[in-house]
Amino acid sequence: MALETQARNNWCPGCGNFAILNAVKAVLAELQGEGTSPDDVVLVGGIGQHAKMLDYVNVNSFYSLHGRALPPAEGIKLAKPETKVIVFSGDGDAYGEGMEHLVFAAKRNIDITLIVHDNRVYALTTGQVTPTSPQGFRSRSTPGGNLEKPINPLELVLAAGATHIARGYSANLPLLKKQVKEAILHKGFSLIDVLQVCVTFSNLYDHYNKHVYELKDHDPADREAALKKIREWDYNLEAPIALGTFYKTLEPAFDAEFLKALKPAAAGSRPELIKEVLKNYV
Amino acid sequence: MDNFSILIGGQAGYGIDKAGLILARLFNQLGYRVYIYRDYPSLIRGGHTFSIVRASKERICAHRNKVDFLLALNQETIDLHKNKLKAKGIAIYDSDVVKADGLGLPIGQIIKEENAPEISRNTCLIGAFAKAAGIDWPAFEAAIKQNMPKELEINLKVGKRGFDGARETVKIEKVNQPPLPILTGNEALSLGLIAAGLQAYVAYPMTPSSAILSFMAEAADKFSLKVLQPEGEIGVIMTALGFSYAGTKAAVGTSGGGFCLMTEGVSFAGMAELPIVIIVGQRTGPSTGLPTYTGQTELHFVLNAGQGEFPRLMVAPGDPEEAYYWGALALNLAWQFQIPAFILTDKTMAEGGFNFDLNSIKEVKEAALPKRAFPGDKGAVVKINSYEHDGSGLTTEDAAITKQMAEKRLRKGNDLAEELEKYESVKVYGNNNASTAILCWGSNKGVCVEAARKFGYKVIQPLVLSPFPVKQFEAAIKGVKKLICVENNSTGQLAQLIKLNGYSADQLILKYDGRPFDLDELEGELKKWL
Ligand SMILES: Cc1ncc(C[n+]2csc(CCOP(=O)(O)OP(=O)(O)O)c2C)c(N)n1
Ligand SMILES: [Mg+2]
Repeated sequence: MALETQARNNWCPGCGNFAILNAVKAVLAELQGEGTSPDDVVLVGGIGQHAKMLDYVNVNSFYSLHGRALPPAEGIKLAKPETKVIVFSGDGDAYGEGMEHLVFAAKRNIDITLIVHDNRVYALTTGQVTPTSPQGFRSRSTPGGNLEKPINPLELVLAAGATHIARGYSANLPLLKKQVKEAILHKGFSLIDVLQVCVTFSNLYDHYNKHVYELKDHDPADREAALKKIREWDYNLEAPIALGTFYKTLEPAFDAEFLKALKPAAAGSRPELIKEVLKNYV
Repeated sequence: MDNFSILIGGQAGYGIDKAGLILARLFNQLGYRVYIYRDYPSLIRGGHTFSIVRASKERICAHRNKVDFLLALNQETIDLHKNKLKAKGIAIYDSDVVKADGLGLPIGQIIKEENAPEISRNTCLIGAFAKAAGIDWPAFEAAIKQNMPKELEINLKVGKRGFDGARETVKIEKVNQPPLPILTGNEALSLGLIAAGLQAYVAYPMTPSSAILSFMAEAADKFSLKVLQPEGEIGVIMTALGFSYAGTKAAVGTSGGGFCLMTEGVSFAGMAELPIVIIVGQRTGPSTGLPTYTGQTELHFVLNAGQGEFPRLMVAPGDPEEAYYWGALALNLAWQFQIPAFILTDKTMAEGGFNFDLNSIKEVKEAALPKRAFPGDKGAVVKINSYEHDGSGLTTEDAAITKQMAEKRLRKGNDLAEELEKYESVKVYGNNNASTAILCWGSNKGVCVEAARKFGYKVIQPLVLSPFPVKQFEAAIKGVKKLICVENNSTGQLAQLIKLNGYSADQLILKYDGRPFDLDELEGELKKWL
């Protein structure tokens, strides 16, 4: 099955989103080869440049509202547990407008893969400050410089209960492919925060190239070590920026537990069962 | 006595609600039709709570403000309600804590002697009532056995002490009529949705709809329902729409405040053409308002909620049978037309207790899934989109497609209106030849129908509010010279809706203090406009 659609791509040339698109397509093709039909994949997106992914991949998709990618993803997973649900969201989408859903999806450890296109700017609305923009960031809504400190989304989802936490970089496609596949195969809530360069509103290529390194000799099962590594860079000050999987553990996933608790319907038609229920109310 | 009322009151936490339900079930078993009005504050403990249980040989859906028995577990109940007691009525009370005229029993003392828990004072009180009302012990004993299986022995003991300590004042006779289940509007509505094949219920608690969530959670095992309580109402509606996209029939329930948060999801459902049932249980607003009291203030809010233009079904059932029937139909029609469908209730209906006659309801068969692809179908790519989109679900800003899609949505609205002609979307009661008619919606139906009988009026109740059932309304209003609109709001929202459709009400009778009309009060209001 061809993964391309008829839609014309309208990201800027050089946009970091292309790397994510290519990684996802490559992984979907690979998974298909390994027996996961694209029929059993649903892509969910919020609103932002990131969500255009859905128009560009010929797979089932739910193009949701700004900030609201995770709730429908959870509904889909609970309705059809065999589905691989992959969510594309932005730093504004996931960490701003949709923060409560992020915290709760992580808390539930529902088996969903969340890929955040973290360009640290509101790209679609042409360049305002976001929850991961650094202090002092001059944007169209903070011409005098951002007064707030950014949040560290990895630390946040670790505290909330995510069981797979990684950071990628749009200029490292081989790693990104590996990360996307690993996250999709993980049973539980996984976040990949992708440092996705926005060439138009926040071009951080040089900055990232100077600071990124791949995690080595790091044990992702060690929560303390994970937290320490996650805190190495606070998305604000200059520091080494680790790429790779910080944390990974297997814990009961919400969807699996939910379905375990779900009973098959009692014998009899619904009208019959309703008559039975009504007997308790006389 | 073939039509009587009992008011039972005390502090929140005294088991007033339970005691009221037991009385209602007792009369039900004796062959009466019953109605329970529940009045309680937004508190767990403390504050004044009371129930009015009304029984009649005929079906009733409203309470009266004069009562035959006043049952008091504290002084406040007497002080607040003694003016409701009829001249020949009798107060029954715990003389250890209450000063009043009537039949006092040292209930506190009895409880101590029996080593019974505080909470069983209510059983002692209704035991005394049973004797005073001439109900024989076996009938009362059966009611306790049925309703208090947990602490049965001690409740029977305490109930018997109450019974023996009182004297017969009147004789409530048995009626030769089989009992019917007693349901709240919430319960009936839940069962209607289940009857039509509901598979998932998603909600965040909010009075007066919280009990639907509990009911569904309790019923989940029997009916294999997926019941979920997400992080808030935005999460609720968007999760439910995820279910819907995947082919799982879902409903959500809330009140006005929670519905405010859902509106972006409503518009999304309109654009993406995803079926969903949304229950809005109205309470006194604006804002947090009076959480446990009633109102009919969301008609225009729900009618207009969500940006953009898209068709919606909106129904307002007036009693539990209608809640069951229209709940089932709403789910079916949502799926048939791929639209959001709203069910408006209010606290009066949602939490009131009513007899429910399943046999009187036309059967609604579960609708088949529409002939469209769902994710997971072999070889199908199902793309839905909050942006305007082409037939394959891809985003578009093309002018011609935009216009086409808008017209497609309009067409669905027209088709829906046509489909609704098959159903009784406007109901008429009372004297069909009367030139004066009462216009009402939702829970006011019960009190209006009963009041109209006295005046020989006709009653017109639009059950469907969107799309407005123009033809059926025209037929109903024919020959009416004076139209009196009765509503629980301060602006006459239904009156405004009919005005938009070219009709006008001649008089408005409005009540907006959080309490529903009682029969005597409405009759008094109607008299003013004779
Ligand atoms: C409720 C709501 N508020 C605001 C917007 C406008 N809006 C569209 S995209 C966006 C920000 C996108 O930023 P981000 O999620 O980081 O995505 P990016 O475009 O950077 O990929 C905003 C504010 C909207 N569509 N909906
Ligand atoms: Mg962004």
